[in-house]
Order: sequence, then structure tokens, then C-alpha cells
Amino acid sequence: MATVAEQWVLVEMVQALYEAPAYHLILEGILILWIIRLLFSKTYKLQERSDLTVKEKEELIEEWQPEPLVPPVSKDHPALNYNIVSGPPSHNIVVNGKECINFASFNFLGLLDNPRLKAAALASLKKCGVGTCGPRGFYGTFDVHLDLEDRLAKFMKTEEAIIYSYGFATIASAIPAYSKRGDIVFVDKAACFAIQKGLQASRSDIKLFNHNDMDDLQRLLKEQEIEDQKNPRKARVTRRFIVVEGLYMNTGTICPLPELVKLKYRYKARIFLEESLSFGVLGEHGRGVTEHFGIDIDDIDLISANMENSLASIGGFCCGRSFVIDHQRLSGQGYCFSASLPPLLAAAAIEALNIMEENPALGLWSQWNKQKRNWRKLRPQSAGWPRPCCFSLGPGGLSPRNTQTDLSHCTVSHRGPAGTRQGVTRWCGYRLSI
Amino acid sequence: MRTEPGGCCCRRPVRANDCVANGEVRNGYVRSSAATAAAAASQIHHVTQNGGLYKRPFNEGFEETPMLVAVLTYVGYGVLTLFGYLRDFLRHWRIEKCHHATEREEQKDFVSLYQDFENFYTRNLYMRIRDNWNRPICSVPGARVDIMERQSHDYNWSFKYTGNVIKDVINMGSYNYLGFARNTGPCQEAAAKVLEEYGVGVCSTRQEIGNLDKHEELEKLVASFLGVEAAMTYGMGFATNSMNIPALVSKGCLILSDELNHASLVLGARLSGATIRVFKHNNMQSLEKLLKDAIVYGQPRTRRPWKKILILVEGIYSMEGSIVRLPEVIALKKKYKAYLYLDEAHSIGALGPTGRGVVDYFGLDPEDVDIMMGTFTKSFGASGGYIGGKKELIDYLRTHSHSAVYATSPSPPVVEQIVTSMKCIMGQDGTTLGKECIQQLAENVRYFRRRLKNMGFIIYGNEDSPVVPLMLYMPAKIGAFGREMLKRNIGVVVVGFPATPIIESRARFCLSAAHTKEMLDTALKEIDEVGDLLHLKYSRHRSVPLLDRPFDETTYEETED
Repeated sequence: MATVAEQWVLVEMVQALYEAPAYHLILEGILILWIIRLLFSKTYKLQERSDLTVKEKEELIEEWQPEPLVPPVSKDHPALNYNIVSGPPSHNIVVNGKECINFASFNFLGLLDNPRLKAAALASLKKCGVGTCGPRGFYGTFDVHLDLEDRLAKFMKTEEAIIYSYGFATIASAIPAYSKRGDIVFVDKAACFAIQKGLQASRSDIKLFNHNDMDDLQRLLKEQEIEDQKNPRKARVTRRFIVVEGLYMNTGTICPLPELVKLKYRYKARIFLEESLSFGVLGEHGRGVTEHFGIDIDDIDLISANMENSLASIGGFCCGRSFVIDHQRLSGQGYCFSASLPPLLAAAAIEALNIMEENPALGLWSQWNKQKRNWRKLRPQSAGWPRPCCFSLGPGGLSPRNTQTDLSHCTVSHRGPAGTRQGVTRWCGYRLSI
Repeated sequence: MRTEPGGCCCRRPVRANDCVANGEVRNGYVRSSAATAAAAASQIHHVTQNGGLYKRPFNEGFEETPMLVAVLTYVGYGVLTLFGYLRDFLRHWRIEKCHHATEREEQKDFVSLYQDFENFYTRNLYMRIRDNWNRPICSVPGARVDIMERQSHDYNWSFKYTGNVIKDVINMGSYNYLGFARNTGPCQEAAAKVLEEYGVGVCSTRQEIGNLDKHEELEKLVASFLGVEAAMTYGMGFATNSMNIPALVSKGCLILSDELNHASLVLGARLSGATIRVFKHNNMQSLEKLLKDAIVYGQPRTRRPWKKILILVEGIYSMEGSIVRLPEVIALKKKYKAYLYLDEAHSIGALGPTGRGVVDYFGLDPEDVDIMMGTFTKSFGASGGYIGGKKELIDYLRTHSHSAVYATSPSPPVVEQIVTSMKCIMGQDGTTLGKECIQQLAENVRYFRRRLKNMGFIIYGNEDSPVVPLMLYMPAKIGAFGREMLKRNIGVVVVGFPATPIIESRARFCLSAAHTKEMLDTALKEIDEVGDLLHLKYSRHRSVPLLDRPFDETTYEETED
């Protein structure tokens, strides 16, 4: 039966062949010939070059010469030999053996050699030792840290604060915790190095606006708005941030915070404010640039500052609403993966806060207003002193401005009359940098 | 001796460890290595002949996860995820109270700050067992510590401090390897003196006016401690990596980084702009392949030769407890002309007969390592980091390191603590306290690891590493282990995802020279109890306890030729 069926199929096939139209047969014939050709043709590789032999590889390995690990540094490099400070780096400082007046530290409130700070740190040292031997997550959280966070939050009138063990790492860890790839950050061109590193680590889109130029920022924000309208889906998931400093390290000017807040609500971007220099300096009580301008602190999403300037300790903190700050406890790299701040430094910072709260008049702003007169009186006598051309009118009013002029030889070694020396010493809290 | 690619290494009889105490390597070992190297050489044709390079046995093991346990762990996570979705749903529809903070009313129409999914793990898994982390303490983090008691009435969303203090908890979580975390003693007195004299802060950077004579003294001391030409110190260990790697390599260079490198190394590598390639953890074949391919094929697409190749490894990997195979890495580095960056955060002070770290442990020359980096947090009881190497390197870092230019210099009392503790370890303070601490740590490590292994737990890592990870696997056991141990007055660290792979959660013990044998015995007894309670004894290789094995002359003869 099978053979009959087979024959029958064959007959059908042959019949179909006769009945098929000619073009059909020709097409099929061409296709079959093509397949046969492909089957028998040589295979080819995509790469032009064939693999190297073992011998060639070894030769390449032998021949390769790397660059030296570091390029040579000339002996005259200005930054190579540091000035050695012997003894405490307070107002009167001994640099390279010479006794000088210190115009170069960030010791804004003069708390560096305050005996109360030293006593508080000593008490903490006697209780807890020096190091914390662990990150915050693993038995590195001390009661002092929790205290300091509490106090900072209360002082700044925010919900929560978080401490870092290094000032630089504070803003450099905070920015990448919130801003990721695809988010947009509008940052001032004069932003300090720590902010730049934070932005680099975040891999977000950076848009620079001219220093303190709100029109330029508005232009950029408008352009972004137009972009958003073209692609609303993407815009719904792209976060926007504006990163500014309260008092810019590179130029000494104050940022125009009221205009920034207006722009924030209009264009829906969050503000991160870096207040390392302005904390303890601006504002009636030293609460920084928000107090200086009288802005509600909740309008600023994140305030980051370091405790190494006004508080004369080490470390940094971020403060803001719990909604924002709590996130850093699990995703701030400098917080989770690094040992916590030594308790003696935290205790010193708490004591410095106490002093700041007790004497609001210690604030730089009120001091500045008081001493303005004295400085002017001092000038005629200070023939040998450098020109104090450093105080100028910035957008926020008068501000202690960094200068790049005559203070290059700020190690003033000759003595003036006792009165003048004392007057100048009181000014040493201000940073008149080189 | 046979080396498996996975990192499991030569298993030697348990007895072998006794001979290698504090660097006294009996002749038998060196010779035995040479003999077996000949046999090994025929199998391994590449440069690193394990036998000849290692002067002491390298016992590292990562026992495989039992299949049933792995399956149950995944099931556990699956159940937790389902419940997580359910709870999110209930919270969304306000059936369940929402405890976490929310956005301001005025900013509700801003793009949301966090993606919902990002925090899923935090909200639904981490929160449940959050009380095992961030435990606040109020005493010096020595061998015993006082933990502040806290309670939560809303399932860990918020904590209240009861005011009680759990006193004298045995501390197996702090990185206090040599026991220098003390609030009495010569280190503390010296630090107090310097505090009185110099104050606490510095308020300036190294390049400006923040370079105190104390810093210069410390750097000279660090250089002599490590056996290198010069050293430079920084205020934070994390920042040492993240700010100096970009100064050393840039675009056009290649970084070969171990799979399990610390976040600071990864961040530093990313910030530098160089190309990063990852090799399998402690796997020298993988590293060699990458090196070969890099030199032979050059940069991707343009095929230009790489400017520099930098290998990033750590001394002790703190999550695995493994020690880097330094002799092989150095042999590879020399053959392929790469540079080696060794991060000794955990191993400095803790390994080696004189406490000089992993280079000392293997008996190698410190000049072979191009960049020796480490931190002062762990073995010196202070904070900060250092980099040591040739004078040209340090000169370059002094001028170009981001930290020297922009970041504040370390605080004087902290510097003094490092100076005093380092002098103590070196024996320069006239006592043998340093040497005793190092010996005590080594003994503690051996004893603790052996006893845990004998009990039947799965312990990862090298036999000599003071970091002891004990595998838990299942998510519920993470929380249970931490809490049960605290009930029994022992503080441990438990780690889960994302610090470890998802099914390999573990408890990590950090041993210290300050732990006495009684403390270790107490801890071991409690761990045994909790292990039975939670069924943690997964190990299927039970090695015979040392005491039971009779002294067998034949084993000695085998090794001695």
C-alpha cells in the first residue's frame, strides 16, 4: 500500500510540474542554484585581521612600554614644599620658624584655640578614645554623633541633619545620592572643587550658568522647559537641581538666594545650597545665607556645610527635611562606606555650636559691621601693611572678599605699635587669602 | 598543590597551621613547596608557579552554597517581595499607615526625588531588620562596648531610646584589630597632650597653612613603618582613594580592578576617567588574561597602546575575609609592566609577623608595590589614610592630589594617636606591647576560625584573616542572628544585599587583640547555641578537630622532603 501511495504522490508531483507556469519554474530553479552556490562558497570572517600568533603576542608584550607612573615634578614647583607650621595654627602662628599673624586660615569665628572646645574634646577623648573603628552602620554611631546631628538640626531649624567625617566628602557624596544619570543639574560656573567632583560622580547632565547671573540661569531653565514640552514623558522622570554656594570659595561673593527661590518654584527645580563658608558667618545668628536673606529654610531642599571653617572642627553636615536627608543614610557613599567622625571632633563641634548660640554677636557679619570703623582707622597707620583692597560690594551687599593681591606675603613679621597689632589680630578671623 | 580557578586553594592538613606562627617558617615548608612546584609546573605553564612564590601555605576556602539552602533563600526573598508589594498596595490605598516622610505640599508637582522601585528594598526588606544596624554606643569601641538600648513600637520605622545602656557587650563588630581603641594608656595620654597644645581643628588645607609639624613627623614615621621612601597622609581613608586615583591615572589608561573592591576604589577609578576592566575575585588567570589582551589589543577601537595599566587590589577583602594573592600579582605585574595599587585598609597592622601588612605577611619587598595605600581607622584606632611609595610618587601627589589642595588636613590629636600607636607597633616606645598584640591577634584568629569550622558553620576566607564571615544565607536569619546574639550580650555585624550577593548574606566577626580567650570562648558558646537554634550549621566538610588526631609521623615525612 505504501508504494502505491508513494507512486501516487510522485505522479501528482510530476503533473504539478507540467502544469506550473514557466516563470514559477524558472524562479525556483534560480533559487535552488543560489542555495547550492551559497552552500559551497567559502565562509568569511568579519574581522579583517586574522588572530595573532602566540609569538606575535609575546613580542607585543615585550615591546610595550608604559608611561612612568607619575611625571617628574620639578624641584621648584611652588606647591612641592609646604610651609611647616610649628605649634597651634591659631591667630599667632609660627610658619617656617617665623612668627606671623595668621591671615590664611578659615578660622572665621576664632574658635580654633578656644579653651572650652579643647575641654569638651578632652572629656570625649577620656570617655571614648580617639577613633570610632567602624562606619556608622557597624557600631560606629556614638551618642555624640546623634547629639551633634540633633543640635545642628535645631540650630538650623530643619528637621534632620546628617554628619560626615570629612568636609570635602559632604557635598561630594550628597549630590550623587540624589542626582543620577539622566538628571539635570544647573550649577554656577564658579562652583568649588568638591561640588565639581560630586557632579562628576553623579553622571548627570551639567548645565553651567555664569557666576551669579540669574538671567543666564533663567535662560537655561527656559530652554530646558522647551525641551520638556517636546518630550513630556522623559520630562516627567528627569529630576532638576540647582547647585549654588552661599558664599563662593572662588570669588567671595554671595549668591542671590531670593531670586533663586523664585526660579525654583517657577521651573520646578530643587536647590542644593553649599554653605561651607557662609555657615557661622552670614545671618544674624550665623545660620547662613538663608537667615541673611530672611528665607524660609524649608524652601531650600538641602543645605550642606562643613564644620572645618566656623566650627573649627573637622567634618561636614547636611541638613534639611527628613524626606531628603534620610535617603543619604543608605546612599551617601561617604557616610555608609567610611568610618564615622571621631567623637572628640564631634564634641568640639557641639561646644562650638554652644558658643555660637550663646553669643550671636560672635557672628562675622555683626563683627564686620562693628570693626569696619576700626579697620578704616587702622589704614593710615599701616604704611607697612598690605592694602586692604579686599572688601568690595557684591550683589548681596558688603562681603569679605577673597583677593589675589598684596597679601601674597601675608606672613607679616614686623611689629607695629601694640594697638595696631591687636586691632589687626581681631581681624584674623577673616580670610584674606593669597 | 593545586589551584582551582574559583579561588579555592590548596587544602593542607589542619596541623600545618601550627608551624607557621608569626613568620617562623620551618624549613620543611619552603622545601615542600619547591618539590611540589616541580609537579605543579607541568600543569601550570604560566609565569606564576604557585609553589615557588609562596613561602607559607595559602589556605583560603569558599565552600559552595548547599543547593537546598540556595533554593530556600530564593523562596524566602520571593515571599518577602510578594508581601512587599502587598504592603505597598495597602499603603497606597491608605489602609495601612504610612510611616515614612513625604514630600512637601508646595513641591508635590515637582518631579519626584526618588523612584518608587529604588526604595522598594529599603521599605520592605531593610526596614524589618533595621535594628541590627546603626546601633548607637556610648563607650570606647574596645573589646567590650556599651550599647544604648532602643525600642521601636512601629516595626522599626522609628526608634526611642529607653535610657538604659546594655553594658559590656562583647564587641565583635568594630575594626579594632590590635586593640588600640582605648580611652586610657599612652596613646590616649599623648593625644590629650597634643589636644591641649594644638587644639582640635586646623581650618586650612595642606598646601596652604594647614601643614603642621605633626603631619611631617607622621609622614616620616609612616614611610619608615612601611619600608618605603616617602608617604603622605590624608584626613579620610575613603577620600584617599577617591581623590588620589584620579591624580594617578586619566583617560587613556587602563584600570584592572578586582570584582569585590571597596566602593572608594570604584569611585576613584570612575572619577579618573580611565577605562575599567574587572577581573574575577582573586583569580590570577582572569587577571593575566586581561593583562595580555590589554597589551596585545590596545585601546578599544583605536588600537592605540595603553598609557598605563594600574591593578587595583585590596590586602584583605572585608566582606569575604580573603587575602590577595600578592606574590602572584607582583609576578604578573613585573612581567606585564603594570603598576600595582594595594589598598591595605584592613590588613595593615593586622597581618604579618611585624604588623606591616600583607607585604610582610608574604615576606615580599615593599618596593615591589608601586602604591601602598592604607587607612589608620582599623588597626591604629584613629582616622585617616595614607599613601606610601617612591619619592617621585609622593612628590607628585603633594603637588597634584586633590586632597592636598582642597581638603582640610588631619586633626592634631588624631595624628598623635597614629604616631603613638605606630611607634608602639614598631617597638619604638621601648615596650613589647606591639609585638604581643600582633601575636595575640594571630592566635585569636586561628583559634576562633578553627573552632567555628569545627562546629560546622560555613566560614569564608583565608585562615589567617581577622575578618571572619559566617554564612547565613536566608534573609530572616540575618535579623534573627543579630537579635539573638545581642540578647546574649554579644554584638555582631550582619550583612545582606546589596553589600553581598543576594543569597550570600553573612555575619561578619572582626577579631581583636583585645579579645581574651575567655571572651572568645563565651562568644563561641553563644554562637554555637544560636547556630543550633537557627540551623546555621550548613557545612558538609567537617574537619577532624586537632585534639582528636594523633600525632602522625608519616604526615611530617611527606612534607619534610
